[in-house]
This record gives sequence, structure tokens and C-alpha cells, in this order.
Amino acid sequence: MKKDDASAPEKSMLLQGNEACARGAIDAGVRFFAGYPITPSTEIAEYLARNLPKVGGKFIQMEDELASMAAIIGASLAGVKSMTATSGPGFSLMQENLGYAYMAEVPCVVIDVQRGGPSTGLPTKISQSDTMQTRWGTHGDYYPIVLAPSSVGECFDLTIRAVNLSEKYRTPVILLTDEVIGHMREKMTLPDPKKIKIINRQKPAVPPDWYQHFEINPHFISPMASFGEGYRFNVTGLTHDPFGFPTSQPKEIADKLSKLKNKIMSHSEDMIQVKDELIEDASIAVLAYGSSARAARQAIRMARQKKVKVGLINPLTIWPFPEDYLRRLLNQLKLILVVELNQGQLVGEVERVSCGKSEIESLNRYDGELITPQQVFNKIMEVK
Amino acid sequence: MELISEVTHKYLRTKKKFPNVWCAGCGIGIVTGAIIRAIDKLELDRNEIVMVSGIGCSSRMPVYVDFNTLHTTHGRALPFATGVKLAKPNMKVIVITGDGDALAIGGNHFIHACRRNIDITTILINNRTYGMTGGQFSPATPFMKFGTTAPYGNRERDFEISMLAKAAGAPFVARGTTYHVVQLQKLIEAAIVKKGFSLVEVISQCHTLYGRLNKEGGAVEMMVWQKEHTMPIEAAKNLPPEKLKDKILTGILWNTELSEYCEEYDKIIAEVRQDTKGE
Repeated sequence: MKKDDASAPEKSMLLQGNEACARGAIDAGVRFFAGYPITPSTEIAEYLARNLPKVGGKFIQMEDELASMAAIIGASLAGVKSMTATSGPGFSLMQENLGYAYMAEVPCVVIDVQRGGPSTGLPTKISQSDTMQTRWGTHGDYYPIVLAPSSVGECFDLTIRAVNLSEKYRTPVILLTDEVIGHMREKMTLPDPKKIKIINRQKPAVPPDWYQHFEINPHFISPMASFGEGYRFNVTGLTHDPFGFPTSQPKEIADKLSKLKNKIMSHSEDMIQVKDELIEDASIAVLAYGSSARAARQAIRMARQKKVKVGLINPLTIWPFPEDYLRRLLNQLKLILVVELNQGQLVGEVERVSCGKSEIESLNRYDGELITPQQVFNKIMEVK
Repeated sequence: MELISEVTHKYLRTKKKFPNVWCAGCGIGIVTGAIIRAIDKLELDRNEIVMVSGIGCSSRMPVYVDFNTLHTTHGRALPFATGVKLAKPNMKVIVITGDGDALAIGGNHFIHACRRNIDITTILINNRTYGMTGGQFSPATPFMKFGTTAPYGNRERDFEISMLAKAAGAPFVARGTTYHVVQLQKLIEAAIVKKGFSLVEVISQCHTLYGRLNKEGGAVEMMVWQKEHTMPIEAAKNLPPEKLKDKILTGILWNTELSEYCEEYDKIIAEVRQDTKGE
């Protein structure tokens, strides 16, 4: 990295996925990053260690991932857009304080560059086996927003989107990439940072005496003051009342947990993005996300040449799961083939939504290698 | 002159959050009072104070006081506080923690906060036990003392907390007790004023669990024990070793000057910043 002029407008570059995430974060307004080295995510930390201070931001290498997650929550509460990045083992360690961020409704972004698991697993090889961990990784009832890019360009765009959604909904957002997306290089055109749409958290419009840090209102998103702005609120991971004080009253408990659910589920249409291809007349759909969507896209084009009416469903948002989108297609689709680099995780969600209306097939690879277009194509031809 | 209780009440969230969870006779309320009086004496703006804590009896303190308050997860107060401090370096960040919170589950964060020398004042209330969960032994429970999980006597040895903090790099280490409240307030004032990571260990009493399990009496007896078994470091200097046997030293135990982390980081920004150049 000799010349880093992140502010130059409209520029075509050969970029690595991890670097695109880091650049996207800076353009989205992230000014605080706390992290701990872990393959294959470390390039994000390295890029931000070098470039955050150039824009007045701060990078800190913490003693572990528990501390990294804690530090970004602290910085966000003090009013600075914050992010961390990690991979499977580190993501496991972050679950404790990630749960805190859901409970305390603290905007922040966590990038999980997946590698093979369980445990130390395959540090340098690809996997999509954290899919369900992003949904249910921490204890308790909660509703995450998880975005899954499948190209370097999408790494950039979806990092910005992740930051924006976290600010808008006062909640952590997880960007789920993987070793191949993180490490591969693709040509992409960086937009003029001034033209990027930025969303900032809503600030309170009431004086401190009236302020409720966890106000319950019809849209379920509470305006958020920062530490040092005169509001002197309390934040706790204990179940709390709208002021942020611990409660054990059944109504206040239920209200809080309902709010956490409704905040996400009543706005899910705003969060969900699906990139489909050739789906209009399809009777078969391949559903794939992240790296596997690349092979699936090529495979459906190959199958179309063989006159198979197959299309691609590529959810960019995997949680909340795009169930309304999928439900609308169930009468048309006789079969959905779910391609994943794991032993079958998101396929369970597809089966739940399908309720037997469409036949579900799975194609899974979990040997640390990418699935190939030919493999997906062969499976399409086998099940069609 | 204002009554002490009037000073204290100015800083309590009296309308919303009382009564508190602490047992009558607990030392944590005494520490809360000392912190409040120190802040009042220093005439700090309460809007500029962030009090951060972990989990445990002592970590409930932020809920009751009228500052910016952050009650976090078990052992993690220091990394949360690190994020707050880096984001807003002008704010006074005070961490309230206990012996289990800071030294067991948060031990790693504790030594690294000392090493990093970030400007955070840490008040470690040491009651030698896990109070909130019912009296289990902690990393500060002495050898052969009893806890509900050490029914045959604790066979582990306790941390020497001040030596640990000093060895880990903290530039300011002090120790006080809940018996010596005037000294405690002064130590907290000095710790808050200190630029860099400062630790005040407060020896406190948990008579309902630790005191009962170890037959050390009620709150009064335990505080008398503090009186009899501690000595200011200044007084100890001129005494022969045999007179210091079984005495715990109090006061400022270590105080040195080291460059502070946030200031170091600001130097990096001043060196490499691009976005404001030419303005």
C-alpha cells in the first residue's frame, strides 16, 4: 500500500474482498475498529490500522475477541460508528457481547469471514458453516440482520449497507463473508464517497428529563443519545425498562422482548434484498448465497443452454430470511435446490417456508474447497 | 457546610432506582459514597463522567448513580470502558469492579488495561468472595479460607492484586479500606486526577457470606479487623519487618509517569491525518 487516496472519486481498482469491506466501512462513516488477529479476516484490521487514523478514526488491537466486541459497543455508545471483523473461533468468542449489543440496542457491525469449523477447523479454507451461528449464536431470543456478499463489489456495498442498517435500527448487523470472498481480488469501481447514502442514528428530540433510552414507540426504534450529551442514561444487559433500569416485572420484560422482535420483523422488507436471475419462467430454482452463489449463477446459465427452466435465488440478506419472497414463488417452483458449503444449514429455513409445496434438494460441500459450477450443473441435471 | 448525606443525594438516582440490592452493612455503599464525595470535591461535571461496571454486587453501583452509566457483561467492564474512552477521550471513565469480576473472568482484560495504560480509573472492591451468587471462593480468597465451593478450605492462593497491577504496567496503584473512609476518598481523588490507568483496591466486608462462612463476625467486626490489620504505607516505612507481619499496607503504593494511550494515538492521527489537510 503505497498510495492510499480513499477519497478519490469514481475509480476502478483491483481490490481484495477484505480490503473492499474495510474501504466500505470508512466510506460509511466507521471511525472506530477494535479487533484481534485471525485468519482469514486479518486484512480488514490491517487496512483499518493503517487508514483509520488518516481520517481521524481509531483502531485498537484488543487482547481477544471478547474485548474487541466490548470495545466497539463502548465506542458506539459514545457516539462513534464502530466495527470489528473476525472468523469462526473469534466469532464464537464475540457471541457473549454480541448478545449484549442486541439487548442494549447498540448499533455496530461485525464481519465474519468464514473458515471451516467446528473449533480451529480450517483456518485457510472456505466454508459457510457459520450460517446458523449468525442466527442463533448467542443465548436468548433475538432477531439478527445478516448480509452475505458474493463478490468484492458486494463486500464494499454491503458493508456500507450493514453500517446504515445498524444505525437505522439500533442493532448489530453481521456481514457474513468467507475465505474466498475475503481473499480474492476483483476489479471494481469505487463510487465517489460523497454520493454514498449514509444513515445516522436518530437523535432524541426531547430534553434529558423526558428521555427514555429504550423508549417503546409505534416503530420500535428508540432515538439514541450518546454518552456525554447530557442525557445520563443507564445501559445494561439485564432485561430493562424503557429508562434502561433493570426490571423483573413481567409486563416490562415481555414489552422489551417484543420490541426487539418487532423492531426487526416489522421492518424486514426494508432489510431484505434478493438478487435473482432468470426466475420469471423457472420451474426449478437454485438458492445460494455468498461464494456458492457464484458457482450457482454459472450453473444455471449452463443449464439454460440445455433448455432447463432454472433460475437463481441469491439472497443478499439471509436474516431476516426472505420468506415472503420465497413464498410467492412456491406455486411456480416444483423444486428448489439449495447449495451450501456446509452440511445443510439454510436449507432448513427453505424447508420451513416451503411447507412441502416445492420439493427441496440440497447440494453440500464441506471439504474446504469451493463448489464448482459443473457440480451444481450436474446436480440440476440429476434432479430436474 | 453541607451534610455528607446531602452531597451524596445530589448524585443518586433517588427517584428511580432505590432501594438497592446490597445487604445492610455491606461495604459497597461506603465505597459509593467515597466515589461521589471525591467527584464532588474535584468539581467534575457529571455529564462528563462515564461509570462502567461488569457483573456482581459491586457492579450494580452504576445503576444508582446519576452519571452516564454502563453496566456490562461479567469481567468485561474494562474493554467496554476502553471503547468509550477512545471514542471520547475527554470524558472521565471510572470502572467499578469486584475481585471475581476483575481477576477471574476479567483477569486478562485487567492486565491488558494496566499494560495499555489507558486513562481509566478502576475501583476494585475486594470482598474476597462472589457475593451475588452466594459466597463461592474467588481469586482473592486467601488460602484455607472457606467459600460455598471451598467447603474444605480454599487450596488455591489469592492474587497479590497491587503487585499484579504494577507488574502489568499500571502507573498508579493504591489500596484503601471501607473502614478508612477519609483516606479512601483521597485515594479515589488522586486516582481520578492521575493521567493513565489507575487502580484503587478497596478492602471491603461481605459479612453475610464471607464473614459468616469464615466466622469473622458481622460488618462491625470485619471493619475492626480492617482497622487492626492495615497500616498506611507512610507509617510502615520506619517500622521493622516484625511489626509489619500480618499488616496490609494502604495508601498510594505505586505512582509513576508513563505516556497515556489515547494521547499516543492522537500523535498517530496528527502524523498521518489526510482529511483535514489544507483546511
